[in-house]
Amino acid sequence: MAPLIQYLMGGLTLGSTYGLTALGFTLIWSATGIVNFAQGEFVMLGGMLAVAGVAVGLSQLWAILLAVAGTTVVGAMVERTMIRPLGRRPVLDVVIVTLGVAMVVRGLVMLFLGKETHVLEPFSGHVPLRVFGAAIMAQGVWVLATAAAVVGGLKVFFSATLEGKAMQACAHDPVAASLVGISVPRMTLLSFALSALLGAVGGVLITPITMTSYDVGILLGLKGFAACVLGGLGSPLGAMAGGILLGVVESLTAGYLSSAYKDAVALVVLLAVLFFRPTGLFGPRDVTRV
Amino acid sequence: MRLMVRNLDVFYGAIHALRRVTLHVDAGEIVALVGANGAGKTTMLATISGILRPRQGSVRLGERELTHLAPEAVVAAGLSHVPEGRRVFRPLSVEDNLRLGAYRRRAQRQAIAEDLERIYAMFPILRERRRQPAGTLSGGEQQMLAMGRALMARPRVLLLDEPSMGLAPLVVQEILNHIQNLRQKAGLTVLVVEQNARAALAIADRGYVLENGRIVLHGTAEELLNNHDVQRAYLGREREEACTGSGR
Repeated sequence: MAPLIQYLMGGLTLGSTYGLTALGFTLIWSATGIVNFAQGEFVMLGGMLAVAGVAVGLSQLWAILLAVAGTTVVGAMVERTMIRPLGRRPVLDVVIVTLGVAMVVRGLVMLFLGKETHVLEPFSGHVPLRVFGAAIMAQGVWVLATAAAVVGGLKVFFSATLEGKAMQACAHDPVAASLVGISVPRMTLLSFALSALLGAVGGVLITPITMTSYDVGILLGLKGFAACVLGGLGSPLGAMAGGILLGVVESLTAGYLSSAYKDAVALVVLLAVLFFRPTGLFGPRDVTRV
Repeated sequence: MRLMVRNLDVFYGAIHALRRVTLHVDAGEIVALVGANGAGKTTMLATISGILRPRQGSVRLGERELTHLAPEAVVAAGLSHVPEGRRVFRPLSVEDNLRLGAYRRRAQRQAIAEDLERIYAMFPILRERRRQPAGTLSGGEQQMLAMGRALMARPRVLLLDEPSMGLAPLVVQEILNHIQNLRQKAGLTVLVVEQNARAALAIADRGYVLENGRIVLHGTAEELLNNHDVQRAYLGREREEACTGSGR
């Protein structure tokens, strides 16, 4: 019993960070139709900047806040300098540019912050919590609580604020959105900044558990994307659910099968969803009136 | 407010879609722009509202130059465009669609609440359906919603692209009545594009006929309705009927 709970909790924690990454994918995709393959780099950047902040002597809290703010600014700059100049180019072109952005961010971080693997202190110490005989890291509780708060916040943003609805309107029909006075470029900028923020939050939260280095973004991005596809692109709840499901399956695979297969799970899930249920588990059925 | 379009040249890639088009709509006027499919009517409206950029020429609203403004700035200047095919935000509720219509002046809560009431009084069916996703409305209801959404911006000039497309005759009549009322009550200036030339000219003061990107004819609505070429080409009237009728 104890090992199972242990694996489940581990999977839940890990899955929540995949979920946060997936939320970033969903947000940008919802507002613009772009799949941003630099999303994993935002997660990496959040963690690495926090580590760098602590290294130069900032308190952990300040390091984290500055890392999240810094990553948000990077997200906005990426949109301004690399996405916006593409104008009305086909979406696929833009997606390929995001792959390039990912490489550039990765390269710059390697150049300035080095190739070493780093770790952050857990937010509330190393003493594990005991739940039904399983040892649960207190950091895991931080991850879960934050993920829940972010999903709740996004839900409110999209269903109860005009700005959130304007973002959905942009996603549905950018031309019609601009005709009612919504600035599509501004919404795109907002979606990149918000996605970077979410990614950075995920990166900061998970660094005490899994450690970080300049190249963790590749795998995190892939897993976030798989989670997003599993849950259904465009649905915040689906993104989080997909992330958690993926994390749990991964954790159980590592626990009962072999940890060597751990990273393959995301790929298998991704392929399976694309083959059998391309709209994802919670994807919106697009109902069209004819 | 007067809408003035001068010498507009618009290209779609290599296609010369509008050729030195000049037209105007005086304050409080309803003007119809008629013509066959592909004549350039939709291109005309899209250029006025900033979706397309003209290669040459100018668009002015009152004293304001609109020519190179983005669509969201054109809305703020007082011109709203109800696009072809309504293009309501289908996943969002009817009320959300209307509220987004007032996006540019979202700080004016009180005024927006009043305008919302006004739109609901004008189109009672929208009040009934206000929590439904806009995609579940019928074609006529979507047209009303698209018009209501545009009116929420409090425009001085309204552009309507094919408001009667795909609607039953009774619904078309209702929509046209609303357009006339808007002019009478709110002093709205209207430029309406229609393939259904008869319906558009019935409520218009003046009209322009567009053919292959050029204005080939313009005059009062009555003149156009009685013009033999217009009758033959756009009103679908039989030749004999025109001869034996009240024709000149």
